[in-house]
Amino acid sequence: MAVSSGGFPWITLVVFLPLLGVVAMLLAKEEMAKWIGFGVSIAVFFISLPLWIMFNETTPAMQFVEKHQWIVSPSINYAVGIDGISLPLVLLTTFLTPLCILASWTSIETRVREFMISLLVMETATIGVFVALDFVLFYVFWETMLIPMYLLIGVWGGPNRVYAAIKFFLYTLAGSVLLLVAIIVLFFSSGANTFDILAISQSAYSPTLQAWLFWAFFAAFAVKVPMFPFHTWLPDAHVEAPTAGSVILASVLLKMGTYGFLRFSLPMLPDASLLFTPIIMTLSVIAIIYGAYMAFAQDDLKKLIAYSSVSHMGFVTLGIFALNAQGIEGAILQMVNHGITTGGLFMCVGIIYERTHSRQISDNSGLAKPMPCYATFLVIFALSSVGLPGMNSFVGEFLVLVGTFMWSKFAATLAALGVILAAAYILWMLQRVIYGVQSESMASKLFDMNAREIGMLVPLVLFVFWIGLYPKPLLDVMHASVDHLLQKEVRVMTVENPKPDNTKTFLLTENSVPASSQESRIQ
Amino acid sequence: MSIPLADLGLILPELLVVLAACVLLVLDPITPSSKKDFLAWMCLGTLVVCFFISAGGMGDRTFAFSDLVVVDSYASFWKLLLYLVSGLTILLSLGYLKEEKIDLAELYGFIMLSLTGMMIMVSGADLLVIYLGLELMSISLYIMAGFKRFEAKSIESSAKYFILGAFSSGLLLYGISLLFGATGSTRLSEIAMAVHDRGLNDPLVMIAMMLLIVGFGFKVAAVPFHMWTPDVYQGAPTSVTAFMAVASKAASFGAFLRVMLEGFGGIKQNWSGLILGMCILTLILGNIVAIVQTNIKRMLAYSSIAHAGYALIGLVVAGWLGTEAGVASQGVSSIMLYLAIYSFMTMGAFAIVAILRRGGLEGEELDDFTGLAKRHKGAAFLMMLFMISLAGIPPTAGFIGKFYLFMAAVNAGLAWLAVVGLVFAAVSAFYYLRVVMVMYMCEPSSDQECETRLALSPAVTIVLACAAAGVVFLGIYPGPLVSVTSSSALLLP
Repeated sequence: MAVSSGGFPWITLVVFLPLLGVVAMLLAKEEMAKWIGFGVSIAVFFISLPLWIMFNETTPAMQFVEKHQWIVSPSINYAVGIDGISLPLVLLTTFLTPLCILASWTSIETRVREFMISLLVMETATIGVFVALDFVLFYVFWETMLIPMYLLIGVWGGPNRVYAAIKFFLYTLAGSVLLLVAIIVLFFSSGANTFDILAISQSAYSPTLQAWLFWAFFAAFAVKVPMFPFHTWLPDAHVEAPTAGSVILASVLLKMGTYGFLRFSLPMLPDASLLFTPIIMTLSVIAIIYGAYMAFAQDDLKKLIAYSSVSHMGFVTLGIFALNAQGIEGAILQMVNHGITTGGLFMCVGIIYERTHSRQISDNSGLAKPMPCYATFLVIFALSSVGLPGMNSFVGEFLVLVGTFMWSKFAATLAALGVILAAAYILWMLQRVIYGVQSESMASKLFDMNAREIGMLVPLVLFVFWIGLYPKPLLDVMHASVDHLLQKEVRVMTVENPKPDNTKTFLLTENSVPASSQESRIQ
Repeated sequence: MSIPLADLGLILPELLVVLAACVLLVLDPITPSSKKDFLAWMCLGTLVVCFFISAGGMGDRTFAFSDLVVVDSYASFWKLLLYLVSGLTILLSLGYLKEEKIDLAELYGFIMLSLTGMMIMVSGADLLVIYLGLELMSISLYIMAGFKRFEAKSIESSAKYFILGAFSSGLLLYGISLLFGATGSTRLSEIAMAVHDRGLNDPLVMIAMMLLIVGFGFKVAAVPFHMWTPDVYQGAPTSVTAFMAVASKAASFGAFLRVMLEGFGGIKQNWSGLILGMCILTLILGNIVAIVQTNIKRMLAYSSIAHAGYALIGLVVAGWLGTEAGVASQGVSSIMLYLAIYSFMTMGAFAIVAILRRGGLEGEELDDFTGLAKRHKGAAFLMMLFMISLAGIPPTAGFIGKFYLFMAAVNAGLAWLAVVGLVFAAVSAFYYLRVVMVMYMCEPSSDQECETRLALSPAVTIVLACAAAGVVFLGIYPGPLVSVTSSSALLLP
């Protein structure tokens, strides 16, 4: 069940073109590095567009599949492909990387070449994670990504960068320790002696083994998301990272964790996923409320956005483990939304930081007058983060809440509280930053955005409204894959828990899936 | 007693290496000091010839000298690795010895003699032959460790190594003699039969076996027999340290595996627990103590202890009761793969330490690496590559090595051991990354900024290029090496 790439290695090109850019940078002069980086990342973006244009929305099968033998014994393949779950994330990555390079155009002054190299290696590794169809290949990309991110934070970061970098690295590395063992265990227990993700997903495993593997996966993915209580590395990493690092971290890296849940935990371990749903849902709800609560207390803009990320990613895990079409589609959409909105917010903070060299709200207040254009953009992204109807996050959060509501009214109510809290802390932040009393010492440093800065925010704004008003193209991409994912889940629910009183979800999910739930989906 | 020519043909590589060592010692006094490099190139030439001879002989399994010596793919694999490492050591020494002003060509002779000992060790089918090889290797290493004879640390290193080494050799020899008393033979094949006949838990055999394990444990630097490692590694000249950390460890593992699996393969339950305990202790102590080191050579010493712990995972798998022959030989081949990969990354790391040695200024403290990325981009990048690989992070070769070890462990039903190994791999990332952090994230002090010279020479460049190519290539395309190791692993019953 895989559709070949038809001879042309689209995905390989998208994954490895950034590395070619790295080679070009090494050969060219230091001053050219920015231009090469920008050019290559734009090229990667345009090459990734055909993936969407030629994407067949009617099939859940992997598309553009390429498979070559990599290691004979044990059989490990270079196998890549995309489906409706990975496509949006691949596009998000290719879309954001050139914007990140624009965002670092003037703010990165030292070792520009190394910076651009790190960014492009990051791009290769993150896209690789999303397209890998072989578990070892996935793990290789998953771990490779740590090094450039470590350098991005540690070399170009803020004053406390070394601590943040090592914390980020060790936290995520320790999380993925068990992942590798789980991968090897799956190799031997799938019966087929293969690392092929699709083949592993099709085998059935005993519930005990599933439980072990589930927590092994959880350790890796929950740290990456990050879920409460594994989130403590995130505020440090965000605050210290340079703007581009923060954007990549928030917009792409965190999605790798939730993607892991969708690609591995759910299809491979359906029984365990069902069994442990209450725990994950509880942690998600805690993350939503706790993250929002923490965001209230922050005076550092980046920290505020970091904690809001914890809160928003809570929505994503909530949607995934609601185990129904609305929840999962909402979660995927929310992954994209969070990437766009938080990316935009971090860029906004980066812009103001370049001027005032402070991220404190008290230093950066009253910007409406000196920087009207900036204020407009900030308001748009902030409102999008709140989930104002007509903007992207509204659609995602709404779907997630609908999905959660079917699972448990109580959980949905608590999660909805998170939306209200988000409105409170974001609006309070806006009030201070836009309309507060202008700090005397900063007044001379404030000037409005230049063309480059507007240029990097406009595409994000377009997406904010496009997804907010007409999400259908994105949702259409997901339908087939999400339905396919759920079929397995439903099968488990029907076989394992025939008693309806055990699982309320079961009835609701089963009803909603075969009908493709046209009514409840936002068209 | 006549020696059959065919047998001599089988040990032709050993003979060539000894010959080269002897010729070198004869030529050394009559060679003008400006031409000493020529002697090193002669040794390298010999190694290349031996490489092709041994590579050509892979695949057969032949016994020589009435079963004292065995030449099989297993031995040949180790020999090939040893040639490579010795060659790299000689290249590394070329520039380093001049920098240290201990430019004596004898060192190359000792490298060759030590190499002969190692080759005999991995080819020995008789405990006395293995002991002979081990002593030849060790005595040469004792001398090499004290080669910086004007420095107290080097002398200390040599003396410490000698005393503890002699002690462990004594234990080994004692074990061999007890075993001879118990089984009436020193041939591994006959020991295997006699041990089998005497059955499990035979006290005499057990004591002898434990003494052997202690002796080999000392040579591979496994906890609790590791105490000599940090001091010796720190004091010895850097190129010699690299040689000890890589070649001596590989050869000792080669002989260790053969003795345990061919000699004591019949009583696995009597030793697999011991090895398991040693393995876990080594992993814990090596990795934890490495964290607090501020001297790079000491840190690499503890890291080499830790890597011995990883390699021991393979031996645990091979000796685990109830594993099928296929899985057991997977354990052996994963050790071979691991040590081959370990050789590249460790050689590379020591080569960087060696080139940082700037006329009198030690390049050995962690502080000397401060801001290296600003001063020497290339050196810093390569060091980062080796550190990442030692930490086992993909896409470098270090990951592939660990991956195969853990595959073998999980296959033998020891998933928890793989978890232990991986947890300590994560711990090790801390101290390896600290080197990266110091190089990339700290500002060099003003006097470091002025010091811009690296002790680079074409020979060292070759070493670095080889090591880096190995680390990258084996990380991305390990297929060929994997198939070589799995086809040349010990044949297990």
